[in-house]
Amino acid sequence: MTSLIAYIEGIGLLGPGLSGWSEGREILAGRQAYQPQKTVIPPPVLLPPAERRRCGEIVKLALATSTEAMATAGVEASNLPSVFTASHGDGHNCHTICEMLASDDRQVSPTRFHNSVHNAASGYWSIATGAMASSAVLCAFDASFGAGLLEAMVQVAVDGNRCILIAGDTDYPEPVFSVRPLSDLLGISLVLAPEHTPQAVARISVTLSDGPVDRFADGGLEKLRLSIPAARGLPLLHAIAVGESAHVVLDYLEETRIAVEVSPC
Amino acid sequence: MRPGSVLSPCATRPYNEFFTNDGLPLNPLLISHFTATSSIGRGLDETLAALRQRTPGLKPCDFDTVDLSTFIGEVADVDDVALPAEMKDFDCRNNRLAQLGLEQDGFAEAVRTAIERYGDDRVGVFVGTSTSGILETELAYRRRDPETGALPADFHYSKTQNTFSVADFTRHYFGLHGPAVAISSACSSSAKVFGSARRMIEAGLIDAAVVGGVDTLCLTTLYGFNSLQLLSTQACRPFDAARDGISIGEAAAFALLERAPQHPEPDDLFLLGIGESSDAYHMSSPHPEGLGARIAMEQALTTAGLAPSDIDYINLHGTATPSNDTAESKAVRAVFGTATPCSSTKGATGHTLGAAGGVEAVISLLALRHGLLPGGLNTTQIDPEAGLNYLLENREQPVASVISNSFGFGGTNCSLIFGRAAR
Repeated sequence: MTSLIAYIEGIGLLGPGLSGWSEGREILAGRQAYQPQKTVIPPPVLLPPAERRRCGEIVKLALATSTEAMATAGVEASNLPSVFTASHGDGHNCHTICEMLASDDRQVSPTRFHNSVHNAASGYWSIATGAMASSAVLCAFDASFGAGLLEAMVQVAVDGNRCILIAGDTDYPEPVFSVRPLSDLLGISLVLAPEHTPQAVARISVTLSDGPVDRFADGGLEKLRLSIPAARGLPLLHAIAVGESAHVVLDYLEETRIAVEVSPC
Repeated sequence: MRPGSVLSPCATRPYNEFFTNDGLPLNPLLISHFTATSSIGRGLDETLAALRQRTPGLKPCDFDTVDLSTFIGEVADVDDVALPAEMKDFDCRNNRLAQLGLEQDGFAEAVRTAIERYGDDRVGVFVGTSTSGILETELAYRRRDPETGALPADFHYSKTQNTFSVADFTRHYFGLHGPAVAISSACSSSAKVFGSARRMIEAGLIDAAVVGGVDTLCLTTLYGFNSLQLLSTQACRPFDAARDGISIGEAAAFALLERAPQHPEPDDLFLLGIGESSDAYHMSSPHPEGLGARIAMEQALTTAGLAPSDIDYINLHGTATPSNDTAESKAVRAVFGTATPCSSTKGATGHTLGAAGGVEAVISLLALRHGLLPGGLNTTQIDPEAGLNYLLENREQPVASVISNSFGFGGTNCSLIFGRAAR
């Protein structure tokens, strides 16, 4: 069985009742109670003011979690390859476009159109940070976090480079909400390195698995894990927050899971 | 720059500061099978014949209720394709075209043979798309319940609209259980699939990969590109001095990637190099000097272990927008000089967006296999500013290696190098 190894140097987290990794780790480790609250996204200060207003929530979410992860890792984006993964793009923008296209006035605005591409977050992120390295932009519906983790792990293992995984999902308005009930935003960013460095917080070894998926004992966190695709990565963050060696199985495709051996550094 | 543009403060920094090529040559991958279906033909024979006879695939737009004065590259009879009964929830134009594409040239059979050889968990799926089955959602929005606003009950979000849909369809079509993903970085999507598949094979997670790109006509892209004033009112004219925009097309293209055999056959074709970069400049305009494009081409050459002079033909991204072709010509000149034969085949197929990288990879492989450098269609007066050896007529000659460029919205760039023999 092939296993992929990387060192986690930085973590970014934002979601309902999780306002960052430094606070979120206390909750995930069970040292503080989890209290669900609507996700609050900080303004994307890296972007020029006009673009701050123009870009969608998915862009702001990606900028917030990646900024936290890069700051804790002490790395800059300029030469950092990135892997973006999301179960869909900007749901509100998509809804407005579909509504306009079903009406008599189909004049979609240029901003709406360029915000509609699945790589909008990747594009704005590279503009905001000046990152010119490669950026992989993925979607695997509910398996999107796992798909992104695998892509980031093989980038680290094969290319021998540090890379940043930026996973995030946003909500959908009606009428799509009724068929895809995503009610809030959650993002996780991880800076991954091929070798141990002083800032490394954990070594992870990843394999494909058919073992049973790890679930949260806390009902609120388990509900969160199942309600937003990017939250399928939270059991990995839980293991890092606890700070002990652990074997974690994450949801991926229905019959294929991802097993992670976590060793604190 | 148009109003509302996003300009990076770093855009004026010198080129070398960004050029972080590791220079690691990659292990060539065997392209054991490939196929393409676009407006110029179903499968390789029709595609090759259309390229040889210079048959255009573009026509005045008559798609759905679209009232735009533009040309489209439509694949004939896509909506006649019937998905397997047990997969009916996947039914949408994009997955119908995916199936049509998979069933050409014995490609599906080749995938099944690979699955028998390697196992259903050792063959990965990497499909590029920009809009997936969004047309299904656009149509469903016309049928919302007048009282509640609800979408019709027969609308299946996850199996049609969702970006993963076409990769998920492909995975289910072959009963695969290995890694599967949709890559969606606009018009570089189905070039970038080669990069992700390569890494996963190299890492040992899989032994073979079905890579490809599928995108179909929809109102979002037609009206969206119209809003950016990037649609030509005629069949697009890449690198023409009077070029005025793109013609949108649709296509499905697939390739089966495997590790290179120890003793390759003389006719075997390989992925030799790949370069990926980001412009970090603007959401819908390329870097004016083509900086990201240049990095992608340089990196592709380095990973292939080839010099610019080793490349016999450049299949340009060549969308026929004023800004793309100008930026790309600057990048190509910077890397290759002015002599390397090049053309854009989008005058024939239209710009198939998320499928373009895949279609043009297949055209590059046909160029290698048949010694055909396809001249660009529709262009009459080559832009004197381009300074490239842009082919207006077909050329027949032995071809050893080809580079194919794909660039997209958000400043995403990918260049692929294909060749006849593994080094």
